[in-house]
Amino acid sequence: MTTNISSNGGSTVRIDVNGTHYRELNGLIREAVADGAQRIDLHDVHGQRYIATNLRTEAEIHIHGTPGNDLGAFLDGSRLIVHGNAQDGCGNTMNEGEIIVHGHAGDITGLSARGGRIFVREDVGYRAAIHMKEYEEKRPALVIGGTAQDFLGEYMAGGIVVALGLTLNGENCHKASFVGTGMHGGVIYLRGHINEHQLGKDVGVSKLTRKDRTILRDLVTQFAAHFGYDAEEILASRFIKLVPLHLRPYGRLYTC
Amino acid sequence: MKTYLPPRFVIDRYAERCIACQVCVRQCSFDAHAYDGEDDEIRSYEKNCVGCHRCSVFCPTQALNIRLNPLSYRPNVNWQPEFIEDIIRQSEGGGVLLTGMGNDKPYRVYWDHLLLNASQVTNPSIDPLREPMELKTFLGRKPDRVELDPASLSLKTQLAPQVAIDVPVLFSAMSYGAINLNVQESLARAATEAGTLFNVGEGGLHQTLYKYANNAIVQVASGRFGVHPEYLDVARFIEIKIGQGAKPGIGGHLPGGKVSEDVAETRMIPAGTDALSPAPQHDIYSIEDLAQLIYALKEATNYTKPVCVKIAAVHNSAAIASGMVRAGADIIALDGLRGSTGAAPKMIRDNVGIPIELAIASVDTRLREEGIRNQASIIAAGGFRNSADVVKAIALGADAVYIGTAALIALGCTVCQQCPTGKCAWGIATTDPILSKRVNPDIGARRVVNLLRGWSLEIKEMLGGMGINALESLRGNRLHLRGVDLTDGELDVLGVRLAGR
Amino acid sequence: MGGKGMDHWERVNNPYDDDKVIAACSLFGMMDTSGKRFSGGDTITAIANMHERGNGLGGGFAVYGLYPQYAEHYAFHVMYLDEAARREAESLLQDGFRVALAEPVPTRKTRAIENPPLVWRYFLEVRTQNGQGLSHDDYVLEKVMQINTGVRNAFVFSSGKDMAVFKGVGYPEDIADYFRLDEYQGYLWTAHGRFPTNTRGWWGGAHPFSILDWTVNHNGEISSYGINRRYLEMFGYHCTMQTDTEVIAYAVDLLVRRHHLPIEVVADVLAAPLWSQIEREDGEKAALHTTLRQVYGSLLLNGPFTVVIAHQGEMIGLTDRIRLRPLTAATKGDLLFLSSEESAIRLVCPQLDRAWIPMGGEPIIGSLQRPLAKREPVAVEEATA
Ligand code: SF4
Ligand code: SF4
Repeated sequence: MTTNISSNGGSTVRIDVNGTHYRELNGLIREAVADGAQRIDLHDVHGQRYIATNLRTEAEIHIHGTPGNDLGAFLDGSRLIVHGNAQDGCGNTMNEGEIIVHGHAGDITGLSARGGRIFVREDVGYRAAIHMKEYEEKRPALVIGGTAQDFLGEYMAGGIVVALGLTLNGENCHKASFVGTGMHGGVIYLRGHINEHQLGKDVGVSKLTRKDRTILRDLVTQFAAHFGYDAEEILASRFIKLVPLHLRPYGRLYTC
Repeated sequence: MKTYLPPRFVIDRYAERCIACQVCVRQCSFDAHAYDGEDDEIRSYEKNCVGCHRCSVFCPTQALNIRLNPLSYRPNVNWQPEFIEDIIRQSEGGGVLLTGMGNDKPYRVYWDHLLLNASQVTNPSIDPLREPMELKTFLGRKPDRVELDPASLSLKTQLAPQVAIDVPVLFSAMSYGAINLNVQESLARAATEAGTLFNVGEGGLHQTLYKYANNAIVQVASGRFGVHPEYLDVARFIEIKIGQGAKPGIGGHLPGGKVSEDVAETRMIPAGTDALSPAPQHDIYSIEDLAQLIYALKEATNYTKPVCVKIAAVHNSAAIASGMVRAGADIIALDGLRGSTGAAPKMIRDNVGIPIELAIASVDTRLREEGIRNQASIIAAGGFRNSADVVKAIALGADAVYIGTAALIALGCTVCQQCPTGKCAWGIATTDPILSKRVNPDIGARRVVNLLRGWSLEIKEMLGGMGINALESLRGNRLHLRGVDLTDGELDVLGVRLAGR
Repeated sequence: MGGKGMDHWERVNNPYDDDKVIAACSLFGMMDTSGKRFSGGDTITAIANMHERGNGLGGGFAVYGLYPQYAEHYAFHVMYLDEAARREAESLLQDGFRVALAEPVPTRKTRAIENPPLVWRYFLEVRTQNGQGLSHDDYVLEKVMQINTGVRNAFVFSSGKDMAVFKGVGYPEDIADYFRLDEYQGYLWTAHGRFPTNTRGWWGGAHPFSILDWTVNHNGEISSYGINRRYLEMFGYHCTMQTDTEVIAYAVDLLVRRHHLPIEVVADVLAAPLWSQIEREDGEKAALHTTLRQVYGSLLLNGPFTVVIAHQGEMIGLTDRIRLRPLTAATKGDLLFLSSEESAIRLVCPQLDRAWIPMGGEPIIGSLQRPLAKREPVAVEEATA
């Protein structure tokens, strides 16, 4: 297993990952960043975990291949671009930065994220955006081009989830069940249809306001720019908004 | 709805001593005293009294006494008053019974059936006042052997990160939100002064406490509140919380009422919303997922600090602990049946888990049988009441213990179990800004440091008596323990011989 | 059946007498649904790529279409801790079967593998007069149980036709190297890397677990184990390994071989739909699902799991009904892949026709009866993406 690192003398570094263990790989990335790299290209990535975790830099990292679980865990400002699919735990507890996935992403995408943005061109797995949070201006967003599997936005305490349904065909109905179970903050925008019984009992459907439209337009425009879509065409369709019914979903659960 | 609950306590007010100064009225946060201006008299509302003794301690003329209401039901072994009153409470409230602090049921406390040894004749006891007595303990993964460079004989082995503590007692996880900042600061300062660590729990680390971060254990729990790179970076070590003894297998809900602006900022959620900690960590559904999170944290902190994993002591603890060590945990924390909490469903608190004594024994035994005991330190938790409990735990196989309730008692807590109400009259389990002022960090830190000082002296006395002058000679040394009034099965699990044998 | 052997294996597999053996892991499966045989190279590369998911205390493989020259013989793979065990077991085999070939399983010296047991293979034919009313399969099963529970230090870990299991203590790639799996061919390969939590790991305890030609690789921990096991015991199964995997294998054997349920329905037993979902189904389907839950409630596998189950001509991937363990499926021409992580599939086949994450409780089935290039595997249309 050889790791080839080449630099064009400028600020771009290429790493042929080729079986390098994640610990070593993250070390190489840190070194490159310390040397002033602005863009790092990782080639032949096959399942290396925790890529770019806790990397305090604004550098852009291009990942060719399939990154392993917990891609960008605790991410703190970098921009990760995956040219392929991401596995489970993408953006786990991320703080700041951006992850762009040109493909699908696995379970618990954006788990407990507290800031930053994740754009996924296609679908995401179970429990995406679970327990996402927000505080004042720190408001994470997960934009899903396709649809999600069950428990989307479970326990959500803040942040924005958008599912554009571009991979749905025919009846245009999202398939996930238990959407927003235990949700007590944040908002989910869905393009396409969803049935009442697919929603958690803690969420309600409401109409989009002007403010919602502005937020949505901003995110969809970015999404379209990343993946070559026409934002206007996407925005022209009907969206529904899911919001928590209570700030305290379990307020009546207890007797003291 | 009229409540059918009888008052739990009786308030005796000695009229000849009472000067109607209204201290009790101000001190009681449960509205059990009120001033009647017309008659210039203080009246009692006993049904509100929770028996916390705040008023009687602060009454300037000792005019108050609080005692259990002697009201009796017809005796019935099955239908104890507690069960009757729980049903009344639920028929009026319709919810899950919520309580605070640790299991108060009469399960056997094994500490009270274990006796320590002392040297007589064949080997000398040591006088701790004059001889060196070492309590220093290093928490973290140790390798199987030390390697030297064969030529130069210089040290080749590089140890994994270790954390040194001067006394084998740490403060267990209590989050900002469950307790207030003055309490956390008291503990933080006490830990710093006494050379031990405090655990911030899962509510994040408040900005004002960053200066104590070198003595802080930060938790990564299912709610991931306040978890961000800096939080991980500044901590002394990181604890992944899987479970806690007071409520194994379930999560927690910090009620929105306790989520003040400041708590919200530290947790990074909007004020007034429930802070929900799901039962599982949603990136850990299996042992290899635990390994994944352990290494995510090690990677995120560049392998500079140990990662601890805390579980509630449950039926398969030994097997689980072995898996945790193999998954990369450098420290494992076991929280027993009597572990406390700011809020737990009563049925869970009182009926789930196993006693910490048995858990320490079986985990230590198992890790030794598998030859991996050196790979992780064990911190035991759950109801430690005094230094003798600590010494016995270490002899059973723990490296150190966590105390929670004991430290709070030092700050005033009287174990009234009202923590989930957020009205703690002692200003501990509350984030109410006025009540919180009742704990002054200067005094609080002093009280807790005093407690640790007392326990350290006692531990040294006990060690000296056994002829031991370094704590590591007691760790797992079960020959210094004997059991009384225990069955063969219990002795077998504890790995301890019957007194007299 | 004598007790000494069985007690022995229980002790070896579960040395601390825990409720059961707890383990987790990585899974990989690869099948050419046209029946074309291929070498184990890709499977080994793929499972090795998920090294992080195991801890080196168990690795194993199942291969189908392995022994075409003995396709009609029961192929036994047996491990022995000593020669005496081999003599005793072999005399039982000689009595019970016509032995077409007996030989040690070829191995290669590998540094990573310590203290391997003796591993032998036998190609066996049931003597007609031995049937005693039992089907051949049941007869073989009885013999396997007889050796495993009656002969000390002998353990039959594979007993199907034209297939076999190779497994042991080590990382899967080391086990593959030791057993020279790169030299074999088959049309269906599954692999497992193990992370046991409460056993030191022994050779028989590795996955896949096998009974006749069924093999099960499993990831997760089933909280319903206690009742699953007691239910199966009513039907005469002895759970000597005390693992979730063994229980799953017996459950599948019971439901498919003895109760003649198709595998899609078996999935509805093991990962039963939620009542809230059944309530929305049409009458006939709702009635089926309701009845299955009523009759087979004790076989619901409750808790996180992913399994890759295989038998002659078929490979099935299944997760629990709320998908607490990962599974990625992918296709390329006639090939079907199942894996804990997509990266492992991409490593051996970068240009897939399709890669997707199946819904919880939805079986992904690859079958020789339905070659992929002609027909999508069952449930593909239902899967999202
Ligand atoms: S302060 Fe405490 S003890 Fe005194 S009346 Fe109030 S609740 Fe009762
Ligand atoms: S912390 Fe306060 S409310 Fe809780 S038991 Fe102690 S005194 Fe009572």
